[in-house]
Amino acid sequence: MMKPQRKRRLIFVISIVLGLGVAIGLGLYAVKKNINLFYTPIEVARGKAPVGPLIRVGGLVVMGSVSRDPKSLKIQFKITDNAETIPVTFEGILPDLFREGQGIISMGHLRKDGLFEATEVLAKHDETYMSPEVAEAIKKAEAEAKARKGQ
Amino acid sequence: MIPEIGNLALSFALAIALVQFFVPLVGAATNRWRWILVAGPATIGQFIFVAIAFVSLSWSFYANDFSVQFVASHSYRTLPLAYRLAATWGGHEGALLLWIFMLNVWSLAVTLMSQNLPAITRARVLAILGGLSVGFLSFIIFTSNPFTRVLPNFPLDGADLNPLLQDFGMVIHPPMLYMGYVGFAVAFAFAITALIEGQIDSLWAKWVRPWTLGAWIFLTSGVALGSWWAYYELGWGGWWFWDPVENASFMPWLIGTALLHSLAATEKRGVFKAWTILLSIAAFSFSLLGTFLVRSGVLTSVHAFANDPVRGAFILSFLGIVIGSSLVLFAFRASSVSVSGWFDWFSKELLLLINNLLLTVSAIMILMGTLFPIFAEVFDWGKISVGAPYFNLIFTVLMTPLVFLVGLGPIVNWRQYSKQQLGKQSLLAAIFALILGGITALLQSQQLLTDKLQIFLGVFLVVWLIFLVSQDLLQKSKSHNSFKFKKMPNSFYGMHLAHIGLAFAVLGVVLSSHLSVEENLRVSPNHQVNVAGYDFKFEGVQEFRGSNYDGIRGLFIVSHHGDFVANLQPEKRRYHASGQWMTEAAIDPALSRDLYVALGEQLPEGQDWAVRIYVKPFVRCIWFGALLMALGGLFAVSDRRYRKKLKSQWLGSKDDSTSMEPI
Repeated sequence: MMKPQRKRRLIFVISIVLGLGVAIGLGLYAVKKNINLFYTPIEVARGKAPVGPLIRVGGLVVMGSVSRDPKSLKIQFKITDNAETIPVTFEGILPDLFREGQGIISMGHLRKDGLFEATEVLAKHDETYMSPEVAEAIKKAEAEAKARKGQ
Repeated sequence: MIPEIGNLALSFALAIALVQFFVPLVGAATNRWRWILVAGPATIGQFIFVAIAFVSLSWSFYANDFSVQFVASHSYRTLPLAYRLAATWGGHEGALLLWIFMLNVWSLAVTLMSQNLPAITRARVLAILGGLSVGFLSFIIFTSNPFTRVLPNFPLDGADLNPLLQDFGMVIHPPMLYMGYVGFAVAFAFAITALIEGQIDSLWAKWVRPWTLGAWIFLTSGVALGSWWAYYELGWGGWWFWDPVENASFMPWLIGTALLHSLAATEKRGVFKAWTILLSIAAFSFSLLGTFLVRSGVLTSVHAFANDPVRGAFILSFLGIVIGSSLVLFAFRASSVSVSGWFDWFSKELLLLINNLLLTVSAIMILMGTLFPIFAEVFDWGKISVGAPYFNLIFTVLMTPLVFLVGLGPIVNWRQYSKQQLGKQSLLAAIFALILGGITALLQSQQLLTDKLQIFLGVFLVVWLIFLVSQDLLQKSKSHNSFKFKKMPNSFYGMHLAHIGLAFAVLGVVLSSHLSVEENLRVSPNHQVNVAGYDFKFEGVQEFRGSNYDGIRGLFIVSHHGDFVANLQPEKRRYHASGQWMTEAAIDPALSRDLYVALGEQLPEGQDWAVRIYVKPFVRCIWFGALLMALGGLFAVSDRRYRKKLKSQWLGSKDDSTSMEPI
């Protein structure tokens, strides 16, 4: 027979461990559900990005590609990693740092026809700054282009 | 000249910090009285030199000394004075200096206000604070010196402070936040001292409590100020983004809150001693971790100034040394802490334990969500980000039981309590909460069922909490001859005030998230739009000139059913130095709702503007609630028992505490 105080402590410890386990398990599940993967324009163009779920796509806004709907706040533009370009639509207000030639990240859903419907457009930091995702996307595209030339 | 003085002062401070760290510790271990007495004067000396360094940097900003690299990259000749001074902490190096300065302010406070502590204990606490200072002073001197000059070809004008930071918030948010962050160093130093001395008892908890409360008050204000600032300055009306850096300040807050509650149990009942020590270590470790996350630039975020791998490596090693050695010490010494104090399943101790678990688990969950993208990158799972829905879900699930139990905690007695009694006491609160929650939810005819349920839950919790707190306040302060009220200790009022603050914060979060109306609209001059019952008439825009920017100011006349409500004048500003555009939202605040207008951009062809118009009910309750929490903390820290002469108590209680709890 265990002493009541020991027994109580044991039950405490077991319930805490169980509680923590369940919480962390649920947490991991919730993290998995809410992960937003990042894709570069090349990956989108090659069909590596999933159609439907919420993803992030980043690149430079193509010069002269921005066109607006004269009646509403709908806007269309293209983003590129200097290898592939993909069309993006967005309805709403663009951030202050959105500009043609500027690196941006947009969050949204890829449609079957290849159009990216952005629900959010992010352009952070100052004009000289490029987000690491976009910088890497461009680097990747450049490296690939070089490799192809070398062949 | 001035920057060189600052630079020299930093080196002196480091030398003194080394003395402050080693000499008293060795002295205490070898019983050398004179060595022990070094701690106090060394702390004061270090403070003086760090203060000189800090003032030197501020002076360089004041005097527009653009030969100093840090000033040149964070200031501008026409930058208003207040922002020029605040720019002292507007970048990595200066922010770090502020960190060290705050650490010294706390150390000085410990020196001056702990004369009643046993001399050895006091010396050890100060030595450990000195050790932390050694780490940070070396960091600033060797990797991030704010006094580095650009000579001989220094710029004639600076690159300007990031326009986002040119705001009143910049003047007060970082000092408050850092005071809070760094304040947990005191509890940490006390915890390490207790582990070294092997003595952890109620008296120890009584020493640590006011310091922890102090740090917590600052951190609460700092986090709330940050949220309020983001709300009005970032121009998209959000008040919390689960941005890594926000999380970095929120995790220590959660752990610090847990620590406050476990300290209460340790002080009053002598229970959870090892756990309290662990939390003291954890609270400061989370502060350090936050500093690492922000300063190393491993996370992309608006707050990350640095992208220098050397800095990251330095902080990471420092973090490893501090946390690692504390935990090793803990592992060796905590087992000697005896378990004492009996309590029943149903008691205040149990509720405090659950409180601690929920707060700690939510901090761990937030940590997981924050670090997950880094791990994913390390293990090559792709570039990912964890979305706000994760944090919202986790937080709702964990905070709901917490807020529910906060209502019961103060009622339930230490040791044990009768369930029937508690049932009777909370029945009325439950009925009221059910009715008010139900009515509020049913009134929202346009909401989805899940939204209605969440509104119901939120209002239920708020009413439940406020009802129970008021009832407890009345019952406990009512004397037997009914009409007179007796005065309760300040800490009692402080606790209840903070809990009411929590209720207001919950109300604000729930109602503003579910009932806000947010519209992005295209408006033409002299036309009006209707958002959530308010008419916004756009009168057009005007250009104007600011001190270091050119601006455009719009005018919106807001009315409600024909009655004038407010004139709102949102602005766009273009800063001269960087050419960067900034949005300044215009807000008409009230406790029950905010009207928020921000200019987006002028649309090509014509005079139309894209604007954000938001009506956000009860959003202000969030910060009002946080303010009440901080005020509650102030009440608690002003409690008389912390100001009584601790010495006599220490001498008196030492014997019976050791006999009761052999350590």
